[in-house]
Amino acid sequence: MSFPGETPSRDAEVAAPAVSARPGVRPVLAPGEGEETPLRRIAADFAESRLALAGLALFLAILAIAVLAPVISPQNPYDLAQLDVLDSRLEPGARSGDGKQVFWLGTDDQGRDMLSAIFYGLRISLGVGVSATLCALALGLALGLAAAFLGGHVDTLIMRVADIQLSFPAILIALILLALLGQGIDKIIIALVAVQWAYYARTVRSAALVERSKEYIEAATGLALPASRIVFRHLLPNCLPPVIVVATVQVAAAIALEATLSFLGLGLPITEPSLGLLISNGFTYMLSGKYWISFFPGVALLATIVSINLVGDQLRDVLNPRLQI
Amino acid sequence: MTEPTLKVDDVRTHFFTRRGVVRAVDGVSFEVAPGRILGLVGESGSGKTMTGFSIMGLVDPPGRIVDGRILLKGRDLRALSAAEWQSIRGNRIAMIFQDPLMTLNPVLRIDTQMIEAIRAHARVSAQAARERAREALARVGIPSPDERLAAYPHQFSGGMRQRVAIAIALLNRPDLVIADEPTTALDVTIQGQILAEVQRLCRDSNTSLVWITHDLAVIAGLADEVCVMYAGKIVERGTVDEVLDRPLHPYTRGLLDSVPSRNRPGVPLRQIPGMSPSLVDLPLGCAFRSRCNRATETCLSEPPLYALGGRHVRCFHPIHAEDELERESQ
Amino acid sequence: MLVYVIRRLLQSLVVLLAMSALVFVGVYAIGNPVDILINPQADQEDIERAIKGLGLDKPLWEQYLVFLQRALAGDLGRSFAFNVPAIQLIVERMPATLELATAAMLIAIVLGLPLGLWAGLAPRSVAGRMIMTGSILGFSLPTFWVGLMLIMVFSVHLGWLPSNGRGPTTELLGVPVSFLSWEGLRHLAMPATNLALFNLALVIRLTRAGTREALLQDYVKFARAKGLSDARVVGVHVLKNIAIPIVTVIGLQFGSLIAFAIVTETIFAWPGMGKLIIDSINVLDRPVIVAYLLVIVTLFIVINLLVDLLYSVLDPRVRLADART
Repeated sequence: MSFPGETPSRDAEVAAPAVSARPGVRPVLAPGEGEETPLRRIAADFAESRLALAGLALFLAILAIAVLAPVISPQNPYDLAQLDVLDSRLEPGARSGDGKQVFWLGTDDQGRDMLSAIFYGLRISLGVGVSATLCALALGLALGLAAAFLGGHVDTLIMRVADIQLSFPAILIALILLALLGQGIDKIIIALVAVQWAYYARTVRSAALVERSKEYIEAATGLALPASRIVFRHLLPNCLPPVIVVATVQVAAAIALEATLSFLGLGLPITEPSLGLLISNGFTYMLSGKYWISFFPGVALLATIVSINLVGDQLRDVLNPRLQI
Repeated sequence: MTEPTLKVDDVRTHFFTRRGVVRAVDGVSFEVAPGRILGLVGESGSGKTMTGFSIMGLVDPPGRIVDGRILLKGRDLRALSAAEWQSIRGNRIAMIFQDPLMTLNPVLRIDTQMIEAIRAHARVSAQAARERAREALARVGIPSPDERLAAYPHQFSGGMRQRVAIAIALLNRPDLVIADEPTTALDVTIQGQILAEVQRLCRDSNTSLVWITHDLAVIAGLADEVCVMYAGKIVERGTVDEVLDRPLHPYTRGLLDSVPSRNRPGVPLRQIPGMSPSLVDLPLGCAFRSRCNRATETCLSEPPLYALGGRHVRCFHPIHAEDELERESQ
Repeated sequence: MLVYVIRRLLQSLVVLLAMSALVFVGVYAIGNPVDILINPQADQEDIERAIKGLGLDKPLWEQYLVFLQRALAGDLGRSFAFNVPAIQLIVERMPATLELATAAMLIAIVLGLPLGLWAGLAPRSVAGRMIMTGSILGFSLPTFWVGLMLIMVFSVHLGWLPSNGRGPTTELLGVPVSFLSWEGLRHLAMPATNLALFNLALVIRLTRAGTREALLQDYVKFARAKGLSDARVVGVHVLKNIAIPIVTVIGLQFGSLIAFAIVTETIFAWPGMGKLIIDSINVLDRPVIVAYLLVIVTLFIVINLLVDLLYSVLDPRVRLADART
């Protein structure tokens, strides 16, 4: 595992020896001089890639849309009272029958405004993806740290299960779980968590094992700091970089997986349509040329995943000390 | 007077990083005559390895050689094209690296790695190349060379691997060999053997050798001339006897004093106070100033390398004979 | 070496047994085996007979043994929908899926290795950057959406390629394959490309990362110091080193391809195992689901085993380790 090669971020308790100097002679290394906190350096390194910055901007915009969806949508696409079946399958830019709305991205087979549907869909897709990732992160973190610290049989057991699970593709595991559990937003999240936790557990465990044997932990232990403090203030911050990279990539993967499952009809129920379901709805209309029902939700999904991956890619390069100069 | 095999003249190799310019090699000059051994001594970060890479033309970005000349038997190496470089490396100049486990490709056999070094520079059949490789291994003292040729690097011990690296370096009978701390990672006894081998091989074929190290004991037994480097510059240069017996520069004096065997038992070990400077943030004037007990106001300006009694030193207050007497009496 | 092989074989057997136990528990203990194994449309008498016939009235461990026995004999129940042994259905469909997966794998390797090498050797060049951006896209684009787009462009608009089904098959070594005819290739083109996309991006990224790291290694500097040509340094020294991890990842990904074929087969109506499982889940044809699970698990374990063995053969450090000890 790789970590920032800098001195550990929070080691005020382990002070560097002072440089003695003769009076009148300027010491070569004045303490505190030329300092650049790791966070600032990471941010500066990250900003070197314009592509990654664009990705970040795009993602923030998407996030804003998702959060504000109920406010900014021209129509609430799930309020049946607002729909008019006569407006269905209209082309992008068409006007509604009563002339009150413009359907910028067209409508689907039920007369729903695609733009609004996409906004709500983003909300659900992003919501499910992010919450699943956070749960998996928490679970994986806990199990990984437990494996690293408790060692022995606990370690072996957790890692064996993780290995076996990782040797099967995510889609298969999710498929089986959903076939057994049925449909529903909570079941999807369970499936997504089950698919992801092992990545975090393994990453955290490797990081923790390497960090644990490093000298600054020995020093902190030597200073008789309590174990919880060692773990949370010293160990964890230095294990986080690889976990952050994994998490970023996994959010995108979770969103993509949920979309795929919804597309296959196994994911979220129709009452909470994510982008995947919208795309699947439009599948049948592809061949008759009404591409917009699938195309635009697809673009939205794409934009989300690509922006997250751009950010994640740059983060990974930036946090990998071996590729640094 | 015969032309020196290697003439390094005011070479500067700088690294252009985001934090600033790192002057790894900052005005280094020396010569090595045919068949002679030059020791390049310094701590980590003194620029000695970079000097070696500069001579080989293996400085990777963000570093590059910004100034100076490097002449191999009169030929200007900095003016070479990439193709010309390829014909010179491994052929007229060879390099031995510090850690042979990492420098030998772990997934290729020894014979592959030796034969390719031969066939890159001469049109010989694979059979003939293999014969030469076998002889080379025998010459560095590796038993049953035929078996060894078919083996992989990880199947050798550290000392054996370094012998293989030396054999590879000498395969094409180069004019110059640059050895970058080749014995640092080895046992002392193996080290002694390797040193003797290398010395013998160089004398036999009149090959010049630049031996880069931080270990003064190695230099004492091996080299003819020595250059002491500090913070990218040469601070003292002369024959081995002169420099080690009567050092002029306070840094050299400090290095010699800190060798444990030169201290009296029971008395605290002598050290050079302070730390070596960061090459990005060099202090004003003499780089050694803050650690030197002879420093004065004069030292705030940079001292030049000048001749003093047949050798060269970069110091405003070199150690003279009287100082030596005073030190002895303490 | 032999010791290693035997050890891995034993490990695989253990995992296989564990997975079979898991499937068994999932079906017999958690689920309702009556629903799962017996056609719900049978009348009460038939159900009673089936219960006795399947031994569902016996204790659980006995049932597990019977289950194992039957599984080894190839009897995994009868499909409700088709009324043929489930295993037969799966074996019939396997060649189609394998053909698709193999074609996708070939595309990924043949295109991915050179492109990744190029991007690794010249990361900051225009071509290098374009390749990397392309790989991010290939990696982020959800398979199903790309499939839809491919259909839209190549079938609907251009009319060049058929959008569903498999071409005519001929027998090759007793296995029906479709790539030997032009018509077959036309049908294979889009689904194989669709399936290959993710892996192509993966291979490009792996090769690029591996190349970049390899170039920093000492043995590359040493090879250059010997005066070797750049072509040899890259083509022999670098390539041999990065080939090993890449080959193993590609091998493992083959299993993933078989799993992701589920999506591709659904979109392109390719008559493989993947389409079968989706259809079966939709009609609740549970014996087929169970049979599919077991077959896939076995397949995966075999693939993992083969890849491990391949790795140990390729890497001389592993292969010759026993020789020294």
